[in-house]
Amino acid sequence: MAFSNEQLERYSRHIILKEVGAKGQKKLLNGKVLIIGAGGLGAPAAMYLAAAGVGTIGIVDADEVELSNLQRQIIHATEDLGKAKVQSARETMERMNPDVTVNPYRVFVDSHNILKLIEDYDFIIDGTDNFPAKFLINDACVMAKKPFSHAGIIRFKGQLMTYVPGQGPCYRCVFKNPPPKDVVPTCKQAGVIGAMGGVIGSLQAMEAIKYILGVGDLLTGYLLTYDALKMEFRKIKLPENTSGCAVCGDYPTITELIDYEQAECEGI
Amino acid sequence: MKIVVAGEKKEVAEGLTVAALIEQEKVETPEYVTVSVNEEFVDQGVFESRVLNDGDEIEFLYFMGGGR
Repeated sequence: MAFSNEQLERYSRHIILKEVGAKGQKKLLNGKVLIIGAGGLGAPAAMYLAAAGVGTIGIVDADEVELSNLQRQIIHATEDLGKAKVQSARETMERMNPDVTVNPYRVFVDSHNILKLIEDYDFIIDGTDNFPAKFLINDACVMAKKPFSHAGIIRFKGQLMTYVPGQGPCYRCVFKNPPPKDVVPTCKQAGVIGAMGGVIGSLQAMEAIKYILGVGDLLTGYLLTYDALKMEFRKIKLPENTSGCAVCGDYPTITELIDYEQAECEGI
Repeated sequence: MKIVVAGEKKEVAEGLTVAALIEQEKVETPEYVTVSVNEEFVDQGVFESRVLNDGDEIEFLYFMGGGR
C-alpha cells in the first residue's frame, strides 16, 4: 500500500521521525487498538490514536453521553448529550481522520463477551472506571496473551502500567483481588480533575503507539504514578518474581473469567 | 535506622514493622494497600510480623479505580 499525497502530508511529522518513518506509519495504519471505556481515559487515548492514523480502533462502552461527562471526556461535546458514547466517539474520530476505521461496541465488558471483543486487536487500553472491569480486562488479556495498558485516575492522581505477556507482572500480580464495593472511592464519589484523563489517557495512547511501532521501552515491570498537586511522577519498579500470581503465575488458580460485583459507578 | 519510603529517605525506629510504618505514614485504606519491600511483595498477612531493616526500600501501591 502506497501513501497518498494527503497521507504523506498528514503524517509528515511522524514519517520524519527516525523511530517511525514510512515503515512505522504503515504499521500504525495496519494497527488495531481496542479501547474499553469511552470516558476520561478513553477519550484522549482514542483521539490521539485516531490522529496518529492507527487504522482500526475499537471502542467499547454501553453508556450515553451525560452533562457531567463533558468536564473531562473531550471526545464528546455538548451537542452529543444523550447520544451513545461509542457513536459520539466514532463521529469525532472519523471527523479527525478518515483513514481510521472505528468499530463501536455498545456493551459493557463481561466474562461472556470480552474474549471475543479483544480477539482481533493488537493492543488493549483499559479506560474503565471500576475494579470488576479492570480485573476482568487483566485476566482476559493474560489468558488471551494480549498486551494492554492499565490506568486509573482519581482526584489529582493517576497511575498506569503496561502488561505484555511474558514481560513482567500483570495487574493482578500487584493488586491481587478487587477491593470490596465502596471501600476505595470512585471518581463519582471522590471527583477527578479533568486534565488527569488527558495526561494518563495520552500516556496509554503513547504505550499503544510504541507497542505497534516496536520502539523504546514499554512500562512493563513498573507502575507509573502521577501526583498533580505535588507535580511528581514516579516510576516504581515492581517485583520481578510473580510466579505465585493467581492468573499469570506458574500454577494459576484463576482459569476462568470472573464477573465481580459491579461497584456503584454508573454514569461517571 | 534509615529506610526509603516511596522514594523518600526517612529515619525510623529500629524494629519498625510494615504494619507500624503503614500507621506512621497514615496510609489511606491500609487494608487494601499493596506493599513492596526491596522489590518484593509483602503479604497482607505478615504486615504485623515483618520487621524492616536499615536501608530497606518500601513502596505503597494503591488501588485507583477511576477512569471513565
